[in-house]
Amino acid sequence: MSSIKIKVKKEIIEKIEEICKSFDNQSGELINVLHKTQEYLGYLPAEAQEIIARALNISAARVYGVVSFYSFFSMKPKGKCPVSVCMGTACYVRGADKIVDEFKKVLNIAVGETDNDGVFSLASLRCVGACGLAPVVLVGDKVHGRLAADDVKHIVKEYREQFAKLAEA
Amino acid sequence: METIKLTIDNKSVEVVKGTTILSAAHKLGISIPTLCHLKMHDLNIHNKPGSCRICIVEIEGRRNLAPACVTECAEGMIVQTSSVRVINARRTVLELILSDHPADCLTCAKSGNCELQNLAVRLGIRELHYNGEKSNYQLEVSASIVRDMNKCIMCRRCETMCNEFQTVGALYAIERGFPAVVSTAFNQTLKESPCTFCGQCVAVCPVGALTEVDFTPKVIRALADKKKTVVVQVAPAVRVALGEEFGMEPGTIVTGKLTTALKNLGFDYVFDTDWSADLTIMEEGTELIGRITKYLNGDKDVKLPLLTSCCPAWVNFFEYNFPELKEIPSTAKSPQQMFGAIAKSYFADKINVKREDMIVVSVMPCLAKKYECARDEFKVNDNPDVDYSITTRELAHLIKLVNIDFNSLEETPFDSPLGESTGAAVIFGTTGGVIEAACRTAYELITKKKLERIDFTELRGIKGIRSATIDFDGLKLNIGIAHGLSNARTLLEQIKNGVCEFHAIEVMACPGGCINGGGQPLHHGNTDIVEARWDAIYEADRNMPIRKSHENPSIQKIYKEFLGAPCGHKSHELLHTHYFDKKLVVEVDLD
Amino acid sequence: MATYKYHVLICGGTGCRASQSNKIIDNFKRLLKENGLEKEVQVVETGCFGFCEKGPIVKILPDNTFYIEVKPEDVEEIINEHVIKGRKVQRLLYVDPKTSEHKADSKHMGFYKKQLRIALRNAGFINPENIDEYIARDGYKALATVLEQNDPQATIDIIKKSGLRGRGGGGFPTGLKWEIASKNAADQKYMICNADEGDPGAFMDRSILEGDPHSVIEAMAIGGFCIGATKGLIYIRAEYPLAIERLKVAIGQAREYGLLGKNIFESGFDFDIDIRYGAGAFVCGEETALIHSMEGFRGEPTFKPPFPAQEGYLKKPSNVNNVETFANIPVIINKGWEWFSSIGTEKSKGTKVFALAGQINNVGLIEVPMGITLREVIYEIGGGIKNGKKFKAVQTGGPSGGCLTEKFLDTPIDYDNLLAAGSMMGSGGMIIMDETSCMVSVAKFYLEFTVEESCGKCTPCRIGNKRLYETLEKITNGNGTLEDLDLLRNLSTVIKDTALCGLGQTSPNPVLSTIDNFYDEYLAHVVDKKCPAGQCKALKRYVIDPDNCIGCTACARACPVGAIKGEKKLPHEITQSLCIKCGTCYEKCKFNAIKIQ
Repeated sequence: MSSIKIKVKKEIIEKIEEICKSFDNQSGELINVLHKTQEYLGYLPAEAQEIIARALNISAARVYGVVSFYSFFSMKPKGKCPVSVCMGTACYVRGADKIVDEFKKVLNIAVGETDNDGVFSLASLRCVGACGLAPVVLVGDKVHGRLAADDVKHIVKEYREQFAKLAEA
Repeated sequence: METIKLTIDNKSVEVVKGTTILSAAHKLGISIPTLCHLKMHDLNIHNKPGSCRICIVEIEGRRNLAPACVTECAEGMIVQTSSVRVINARRTVLELILSDHPADCLTCAKSGNCELQNLAVRLGIRELHYNGEKSNYQLEVSASIVRDMNKCIMCRRCETMCNEFQTVGALYAIERGFPAVVSTAFNQTLKESPCTFCGQCVAVCPVGALTEVDFTPKVIRALADKKKTVVVQVAPAVRVALGEEFGMEPGTIVTGKLTTALKNLGFDYVFDTDWSADLTIMEEGTELIGRITKYLNGDKDVKLPLLTSCCPAWVNFFEYNFPELKEIPSTAKSPQQMFGAIAKSYFADKINVKREDMIVVSVMPCLAKKYECARDEFKVNDNPDVDYSITTRELAHLIKLVNIDFNSLEETPFDSPLGESTGAAVIFGTTGGVIEAACRTAYELITKKKLERIDFTELRGIKGIRSATIDFDGLKLNIGIAHGLSNARTLLEQIKNGVCEFHAIEVMACPGGCINGGGQPLHHGNTDIVEARWDAIYEADRNMPIRKSHENPSIQKIYKEFLGAPCGHKSHELLHTHYFDKKLVVEVDLD
Repeated sequence: MATYKYHVLICGGTGCRASQSNKIIDNFKRLLKENGLEKEVQVVETGCFGFCEKGPIVKILPDNTFYIEVKPEDVEEIINEHVIKGRKVQRLLYVDPKTSEHKADSKHMGFYKKQLRIALRNAGFINPENIDEYIARDGYKALATVLEQNDPQATIDIIKKSGLRGRGGGGFPTGLKWEIASKNAADQKYMICNADEGDPGAFMDRSILEGDPHSVIEAMAIGGFCIGATKGLIYIRAEYPLAIERLKVAIGQAREYGLLGKNIFESGFDFDIDIRYGAGAFVCGEETALIHSMEGFRGEPTFKPPFPAQEGYLKKPSNVNNVETFANIPVIINKGWEWFSSIGTEKSKGTKVFALAGQINNVGLIEVPMGITLREVIYEIGGGIKNGKKFKAVQTGGPSGGCLTEKFLDTPIDYDNLLAAGSMMGSGGMIIMDETSCMVSVAKFYLEFTVEESCGKCTPCRIGNKRLYETLEKITNGNGTLEDLDLLRNLSTVIKDTALCGLGQTSPNPVLSTIDNFYDEYLAHVVDKKCPAGQCKALKRYVIDPDNCIGCTACARACPVGAIKGEKKLPHEITQSLCIKCGTCYEKCKFNAIKIQ
């Protein structure tokens, strides 16, 4: 062991500490703290976890043990258009695996990755409860249902254009 | 007490309510194999995740098999520990563990001393029916500990020691499912983590996932180097444990054979860390008396209680967790480092050897000692005071390697002048020993009277936190003792909050003290072994003709010849140190 | 509701929202206002109607007209025709596929005829964000009764006698669970609602919380009173934002009405509820894992005993029930245990909600009395297999359940029958598969889920399930041997026997049930190296039927690896060693000349 330094922007330190304080710095509230921090930062980098560990007076190893246990928490930033393909059973039996494959092909990234421009990231998730629309894909909060593999490139194109317009503006 | 009757393997047994099937079976002479289970009751160490599923047994009327280690006996229970169903399940579970374990037993540091290997032999595993992906984690070699998590079987013993017993929090289970493993935060190195290198994780690891860094090749090379004068020192706790590695009863005192073995190995001088333990008492005792005197004279700023500083894991612990208290511990170096500093100055001059031509090896019951001797402040021009610290286990390997029949060795004494010691020094090897040794000396120095009752039995014991008030002829000093870093943490919190009434506190990181250090022969969860060593330490003390550090003639001589007075100028230069703030720093990034 | 002429109920469940149901609501509100009808017609956003296949659903009261697949642009027509002229919009009505009849009223639709909605009684009827609507349908009456009676044991006895069993999977008698928790004295106890629905393909808990959150809140208060808990905790998936929002609204309203908080109904009983969030771990459905997760730890199950009733949240006696179980409680109190226990089979009382999905016509959420047969569910409620294909299997119980074949179609559904058949009730996922489903792949799909969701604590689940998955993968890749089948069976049995928690102990069920019921299909993969359903890519063989091939070269041009050779206008041929089985040729061929073997 030796003295380790990490550098974090002031407002980030303050915000995370504020989140911890809003839960009375109780270690039992770790998961709530992580939710709020991820909501704020978009992901949970190691530095954020160190700050949380310090505030809640628990080890960083425990924080990391918890973060790496739950699939909802991510240590990598997501793309601006996060694509989540539902791999619930209803979607699976209606061909969700083919949709995932198509996204992988079109975006040229694997599940869990973000593309080079940071626009799209690809994830799979379990049952969004829109089984009537199976197979289902979420882009951000928007649900796209009853998809076929052919629809994938249209969806990607649509968001890419939207995003390009936003970037211009 | 309420008792319960049950039948195990067709034999009836009556046990106290709350007894596990494992213990009840043990009573009947049925030994159910276990792997993750670790229970050292007197030391308050208990790892019972019930997760390896090796100890499963069949209970009549239950749908599933039950783990014997956590299932409590119930009235009228009928248990089968080795039915066909149980044996098949047990072997399959073991095969599964082996299917995700490197098959490198021949070259594994734990080979021959591995609980998993023994189990594979016991269950007669000849073939693995289930194969597939194996875990693939980065190997880490730190200053003290080698972490090869590909061998981790998720027994969680290390996690329990690191978190519950030591409250260090370096190790924790990470990820889930097949990739789940015990590791550090963000898979950082142990050096980057809060690890104190206490080595208790190594002491309890049933497999080769956590082992010590092996310095024996370096020692062998040093011994073969004709240009080097190689000096060895041996810590007190080594002499009561080394015999176990050669099949002797736990608690056998092997001091004489040990010195002979070291001489046969080719060490030029075989010295004793007990010698520098006596020196430590002179320095630390004097420091204590100095602080107490100041306190009694009304100095409100004096730092009390004085905390012992012999245990390097403990030093690491407070540097990381309580840096704001870093002025409180005694500045006296540990006996290992005092020895190194004197060997490479006083003794080197005496035998006319240049510092860089002298190699100091220490044999320690400890893994943190490896880290300690590598600290920068213990180096002169990059040359360390102690070059290599090896464990009791490593020494046993060395002895075996050079074909020494340890059991039949003659007994010889340590060399002079750094080999003479007292009973006070040998009890450094157990919890309470350092402070008892300090009391023996401080009493006579403070009161200027002869101490009649040498055994301060009120300071002895196995309880995690102990305290006693010692009457120094009218001056009553409150003494605290903690072993295990969780207990140390409790006392440090009290100090921080200003509610601590002790004048002096002894802390040792390992449960039981150095006799149960991370470098000792493996106890495999058997508390009796640790207790036998404990008894042996006090026996060794009783056997010594001199039992107070300040009466050690060799110590008296070095003060006269070289050091001057305890805590004097020369002492401060060679025998004292300072501590660092190693708490994690979160800096504001201005970019 | 009396002052309005019409009530327009629009489904605001996640499924219908995904199909723009909120736009439909907006359009109704806007157009009604434009027509000056806002005082005559009330627009209500409700919870899920269940008939998700045909969503978005718009229902009009009092005449019970049930419009399906409504688009935002249809709203104008509904207002003009139905509201103003009193004529039903025929084209938006459900058409019975068998009789081609238009069904105006949901009561006459096959999907609803055999359903009995107890847990879902309010979903699709009330505005979940309006406590008054819940109260108008006997809401909080049960809580009032229980508190007035002031006899926890009497209430526990009612639940015990009703025969209600846990709807989360295990089927443990709810009343007994409460009784045990009530008997462990402590200064603090907790009533916990498990809303961490993780079974892929089941969403009943979410629908209840989205459609009728007060039913759960009321039941938790009743349970809290019975066991002596003043604190309630709802552990809900963070992936359910709408349900979380509605719960928060409902808890706020209940507090405002004094139905949560101090001295409820002047009884001296205090009870309040906090929400805790899950973070994506299926194993947290297991109660000890759930509790560890709520305490800020990894969601790893621990050995029982101690049971949560002895040592639960923060080491205090706690009782964990799932959402659907809670939703049944107020009705049992209101209508009596005799009524409830008259529904269902001998050992399984009441109803069960199932999420019907897969290759079936009417996908959706249904609630049926225990004892109904799979055949009734699949063919009458579900409307049969999609596209007229043949039924092959029904999977119940999610990753913990098994696949049942035709021979079980007439088995009455209850906890014990499903268990005996090698499956289980689970949380109520019901996936219908047709002949195009490969059962080895289905088993592999579930194992992939279990491997991903295993907490990694115990050996059998951490390594055993991984090995099961790898063996199934080997088989679907065409590398399986007969010995592998024996190994699968042995390993499955050992995992069931030795795993630490319910997730591990049931994880081999999809493997065992498919080996038992579809052994021939496994043999086909292993011995003949063929996948009868044509799903396993590695086992597919594309060949060209020379009789149908006219040599148009479309396939050869499309083949990404140049595996197809042949002269123009002459039959082509596929070089098997080069073929990567991508299926492009199959899609390109217009002459049905590419065959899959």
